[in-house]
Amino acid sequence: MNSLAFPFVPLDRTGGIPLIPVPPLPDSERKPLTKKEVSADHPTWCPGCGDFSVLALYFKMIEKRKLWHEKITTVAGIGCSSRFPYFVQAHGAHYIHGRALPFASGISLSRPDLHVFVFGGDGDAFSIGGNHFNHTARKNIKLTYVVMDNQVYGLTKNQTSPTSPLGRKSKTDAWGSADRPINPMKQAISAGATFVGRTSATSPNHVLEMMEAAMDHDGFSFIECLSECVEFFPGAFDAAIPRKGGKFELIPPSHDVTDEYAAYRLADNPWPGQFGIFYKVNRPTKNASEAKIIADHRAKVTGLADWQILQKNFDRMK
Amino acid sequence: MSALLGLALCRAGTWLNFLKNPIFMSTTIVPGTPGPVSQISQIPEAVIRIAGNSQDGIQAIGGFLARLAGRSEQEVMTFMTIPSTISGGPSIFQVRIGSGEVLSAGDEADMLLAFYQHSYDNHLGSLRKGGVVLYDSDHVKELQPENLSKYRHVGVAISGLTVEAIGGSGRDKGKNVFALGLLARMFDLSVPKLHKLLEERFTGKDPSIVQNALNCFNAGYNYTLATAHELFRLKPGENVGHNQVVMSGNEAIALGLLAAGVRFGAGYPITPWSDIMEMLRRELPKYGGIFVQGEDEIASVSMAIGASYAGRVAVTGSSGPGIALKTEALGWASMAEMPLVIIDVQRGGPSTGMPTSVEQSDLNIACFGGHGDSPRVVLAPSTVEDCFYTAIEAVNLARKYSTPVILLTDQGIATRIEAFPEPDLKKVCQDISPDLSPIADHKPYDLSAPDGITRHIAPGTRVASGKYPVVTGLEHDELGHPTGSPKLHIAMTSKRRSKLQKLGRELPVPKVYGPSEGQILLVGWGSAQGPIQEAVKTARAAGEAVSGLHIKYINPLPEGLEQIFEGFRHVFVVELNDEGLYGYGQLAAVLRARYCNPKIRGINKVDGLTWKIREILDRARALAQ
Repeated sequence: MNSLAFPFVPLDRTGGIPLIPVPPLPDSERKPLTKKEVSADHPTWCPGCGDFSVLALYFKMIEKRKLWHEKITTVAGIGCSSRFPYFVQAHGAHYIHGRALPFASGISLSRPDLHVFVFGGDGDAFSIGGNHFNHTARKNIKLTYVVMDNQVYGLTKNQTSPTSPLGRKSKTDAWGSADRPINPMKQAISAGATFVGRTSATSPNHVLEMMEAAMDHDGFSFIECLSECVEFFPGAFDAAIPRKGGKFELIPPSHDVTDEYAAYRLADNPWPGQFGIFYKVNRPTKNASEAKIIADHRAKVTGLADWQILQKNFDRMK
Repeated sequence: MSALLGLALCRAGTWLNFLKNPIFMSTTIVPGTPGPVSQISQIPEAVIRIAGNSQDGIQAIGGFLARLAGRSEQEVMTFMTIPSTISGGPSIFQVRIGSGEVLSAGDEADMLLAFYQHSYDNHLGSLRKGGVVLYDSDHVKELQPENLSKYRHVGVAISGLTVEAIGGSGRDKGKNVFALGLLARMFDLSVPKLHKLLEERFTGKDPSIVQNALNCFNAGYNYTLATAHELFRLKPGENVGHNQVVMSGNEAIALGLLAAGVRFGAGYPITPWSDIMEMLRRELPKYGGIFVQGEDEIASVSMAIGASYAGRVAVTGSSGPGIALKTEALGWASMAEMPLVIIDVQRGGPSTGMPTSVEQSDLNIACFGGHGDSPRVVLAPSTVEDCFYTAIEAVNLARKYSTPVILLTDQGIATRIEAFPEPDLKKVCQDISPDLSPIADHKPYDLSAPDGITRHIAPGTRVASGKYPVVTGLEHDELGHPTGSPKLHIAMTSKRRSKLQKLGRELPVPKVYGPSEGQILLVGWGSAQGPIQEAVKTARAAGEAVSGLHIKYINPLPEGLEQIFEGFRHVFVVELNDEGLYGYGQLAAVLRARYCNPKIRGINKVDGLTWKIREILDRARALAQ
């Protein structure tokens, strides 16, 4: 029995199809990616959907911040907005409903060289994936999570979502939603997120500003972006859209973003509330604490090959 | 009074019985009476059952005995039951040490070490006739008069003597080590080796703890010496020249994963999988790796898949209920063709079931659990040693075929301790770091790939064509972009199937244990291998034409089974699961579906215990009638 039926053989990278290697391309010789270079499939969203704006601004940020294709990882769960990775020309994964965050955590924790962006909707974030939202925030895993909140289930055609306002009629609540909606800001702050921002797809410059700030944050950065579903919940965010007579009110500069209670109070302001960074603190990321654990352990086995480290375990079992 | 009477009867019983006992044939001196050192009998093997409560450290004595056997180049196998209560409750540890091949933990014990009245009452029946029961006379007060002539009774005031040995603190913690001393004397075990094991075990703790342990051990050892009871010596082991290691199946799996190059894992606590995650959590940082305790089973499998996507096969694991939760993600890994290793340490089910009992009832969920057509690989190791190597194979199959692989083990192997030859780690350990060097172009789901085998290129890889892959749970085209095309769904479903069919053709054909023709073929998988082989040996010794077949690769099945079955009149699949609605266990149902062979029938049980040789043979004989 003491052998392997399938001994180790170095595998080619594709499964038998020859790969053509190319020489490395130094960053100094590279130009920022254009929108054309980073866009892939034509979005399947309905005309007028707020998600178009978020996608366009993601492209803009990639260009502006000189991110390279191979360093960007775009991850999503299930929902209209979660189609996102197909529209981005970069490494991406379209995972299962509600679980994009743990999937992205696996990437972030094992690959510190990558920028991990997660996109999704309110159902993905706060309903089926609610538990993951809390724990990813608590663990402060370094990644950026943009929730395109439309307050309705759009892909499945108009059911109540966890952020649907009280009294909103849907196919599952014909007489109006009876359940108190989740307040994403409060949820994120109380769960321990270290960057909590709020924006609206109708204010492009602000979306870009929030995305850049989130990307630069060392930790779990969360943005709620109001993104209207023109098909099933038109007019949901009119109160925050100046050209529709609403008011896009920024958080006053006097707000202390490190004050958890102030952030919480701010999140309690009446609809449509304010926009900007509610809360931002520096707390060690799980990425950093794991790196420290690894460094401490590696220091004890300096100079040893992996098999020699393992040999120590076997020596103890004799 | 009853104790005195018991002692008197016990003496009579010992004298009456010792001559009838082929293994324990030697001079018996009445306990408590000083006398000359008795003759030492050579015995080929011994089955020792230790019964007490879970907090008494009886697993520790069992562990010492197993480790000692390993260092003495002997074969050893253990069997353990643990209560699923939070603290305490009756628990047993059975050790079988032999100089020849040890295939099971033993149907009957040669010696019972009983710490309490309930241990004595509940386990006396597990002794073979003429066996020795060594009991703590401070706790066992009621001896069974009808059994005094059947088993030899040796009472020692273990608790009281332990307290005395450690200086009268009033606590009997350490009585396990005292009892180990008694056993060491009775079985003439190597004192220097046991001293060393005790020192190793307690090193790093307060020096007085090591001293206390040695005091307890020596008191036990000298006690029997003073009363000069029965002495046995195990024949020298046959594994001379092998450097043996001793560990449990769960430990072997964790170490196998490390050897295989796994550097990321995620899991959620559940018995009996938790040991593996605890060990990986402790060990992985030494290799630059991480193990994450997820918020739930789904998060754990998702993190592992994410890490696999990021370039290096990752692991998650659980037991039945957790595996059920992971199945949606497993479907994604099938669809997206992502390598992943999932360990399922089976326990009694369904639902919370029997968390600390052994059962093999997750074969169906492992092979077929999930939605849609989602082929995956399922492997089942048979011994502790096999756990180590199968963990490596699981990783390599996941990589080679870009597929989820389920490693199906069970509570029996998970907690069982065995000795096996030390692996050549320098040869076995492998580096599976991802290659991120830039490439010209790549299709993650290339339909022209031979046998449908493609691999995913990890993020971080620059693709010069500017066409980047998306991995997805939606049906997709060759680049991973979603499609509703019937043609593509047919082609991709076939791609995912073909690669595992290819694996099936490459799998080694299992070898028949015993002659390739006969009356009965006992087919088993997982931990049933040892008991089946011992059953085959026993039956053949009695002149019966019985052979055995072990199936390690459950899904896909290897080729050549049909031809093997042709050589036998009956094919009985021995499984620790229910006979089901139609009279076949889970593997038997798969084999019948595949081969349409009415010879295939099931021998099943769900009592939560490993197979006894007698059970298998009695059932097989009855079924063959």
